[in-house]
Amino acid sequence: MEDEKKTNFGSATVEILVCVRRVPDTSENEIQLNAAGNDIERDDLVYSVNEPDNYAVEEALQIAAKAGGNVTVVTVGSEDDEEVLRREMAMGANQGVLISDDAFIGSDGKGIATILKAFVQKGKYDLVLTGIQAEDGGAQVGGMLAALLDYPFASLVNSISVLDGKLKISREIEGGNREMSEIDMPCVLSIQTGINEPRYVGMRGIRQVASVEIPTYSASDLGVAPAAVGEAGANVKRVDYFVPALGKGAEMLQGDREEIIAKLIELMKAKGGMN
Amino acid sequence: MARIFAYIVHKAGVVDDSAAELAAAARKIDPASSPIAVVTGWGAELDAVCETLRASYNEVWKVANEALAYPNAELVRQALVKVLPSGGIVLVPHAHFGMDLSPGLSIKMNSAFVSDVLGILGVEGSSLKLVRQEFGGQVSAHVRCDASAGAVLNIRPGAFKPQEAAPVNGTIIDKSAEVGALSAKRRYLETVVAEAGDVDITKHAVLVSVGRGIQEKDNIAIAQELADMLGAAVSCSRPVVDAKWLPKSRQVGSSGQTVKPKIYMACGMSGSFQHLAGLKGNPFIVAINKNPKAPIFQVADVGIIADILEFLPELTSKIRETKQVSA
Repeated sequence: MEDEKKTNFGSATVEILVCVRRVPDTSENEIQLNAAGNDIERDDLVYSVNEPDNYAVEEALQIAAKAGGNVTVVTVGSEDDEEVLRREMAMGANQGVLISDDAFIGSDGKGIATILKAFVQKGKYDLVLTGIQAEDGGAQVGGMLAALLDYPFASLVNSISVLDGKLKISREIEGGNREMSEIDMPCVLSIQTGINEPRYVGMRGIRQVASVEIPTYSASDLGVAPAAVGEAGANVKRVDYFVPALGKGAEMLQGDREEIIAKLIELMKAKGGMN
Repeated sequence: MARIFAYIVHKAGVVDDSAAELAAAARKIDPASSPIAVVTGWGAELDAVCETLRASYNEVWKVANEALAYPNAELVRQALVKVLPSGGIVLVPHAHFGMDLSPGLSIKMNSAFVSDVLGILGVEGSSLKLVRQEFGGQVSAHVRCDASAGAVLNIRPGAFKPQEAAPVNGTIIDKSAEVGALSAKRRYLETVVAEAGDVDITKHAVLVSVGRGIQEKDNIAIAQELADMLGAAVSCSRPVVDAKWLPKSRQVGSSGQTVKPKIYMACGMSGSFQHLAGLKGNPFIVAINKNPKAPIFQVADVGIIADILEFLPELTSKIRETKQVSA
């Protein structure tokens, strides 16, 4: 189709920013309450990049490969978070940026979006991507960031094709159906998992970017008023974590493996599942 | 107390189940509240929706605009910002549309936003005490939301049980004139309906459903062998589709298929609410997971703590033996 030619943003290429986060890795850790019962147990937690963010980075890399362009990954956090920037740079992102300031600690979703807005406005990005949701987050920063910038936004995006100066996207809606839209750039898209297959990153790739300098921006670098972000600016605060009292829960089958299987087969027969 | 608004999702003239759940959530914030239903749309479908809502909401705000015939979140947001008073509490179902609409709506209304709320514990002054889940439901969190400048709350589907109430004779208030011109930088084109798969998981009485615990594509065969023995089909949760181990048509959940089996074997999956939303008709749920704290054990009828990669083959061979004996 003529209009689906992969191109052409005038003379420029497509500048893509991907917002990523470092989170406790739930495939490596069982998340439990701490002894005081007010937070999760953070000792010995293994952290990694929020898994949905890898799909956003992969999508950015594929767009840049087709249309020409640059991919920048950014995170709001601390020095510890540099490792996830390096991981995404090992995937192929051209540069990583750390946004870090004591004034940012305790920010809610709106605070993070406010910080990212200031960063986006320092550059010139055609496309800003986020993962659909953080493990401990609310699928909110992308939509907030777009509204703060007055950019159009789409969530749950599961395909992107580049048209001339705009994108054709689909969103995942109910029943596996896809809502097709056209969206002007610059825009913010929150990327659904499964949109692509994020490339593998080996130790060698990580080593290659180990010494690349990662620029850091503070609140004053970005011109962010400390009162608007961090704990002070947060309207939404997590008070504590808890594990809810269980409902009736499952009847746990006990015994050795053979007994358990025999019981299960009896139950399934009774429920009409075996013929 | 701030006024409470319920954003009503509807399709083809039919009100979504979430409408009654939002009313229940509103009463958790304020038992005396009479929440206002806000409906956007166009034409006869919108009229039908307002007429239905009038039996359960005392006040229905109707926002008719041809540009809102399809619910494009960007246009709906523009309309709501014009119609809703500042300082209100706006409840929206936390599904694909709410995820698209609400974060930006909260920015434009200059109010707080809390996503995926599954409990409302109380109100102190203008502060709401809410419950969310994090880390795939492994832990819950109490969240305090300062709603003094209003709030947008995305409410988890199924978390608030609708209350029985006598029908009311509500009033429909037409707010369409307040909307004015709408223009979008994102334009809806069409909806592409999901392709039918090789196996129709909605037609099976027994499903062997696999999650991340199946670990790799080659292991799907382990579930298939059990399914073959049971005359069942293999279905799955989202991570399995994301990894391309099974096609999308095998996915159970709000973004996949809605199934009504008699027996559902949830194998190596956590049991996220999006997944469980695809499970209807109160099936007998057997959960098999090596993590004793997996949330799926809270909703299953029977639980087995085991590694599915060991357990499923043993179960398959035992069933095979049983069948041979009885044959």
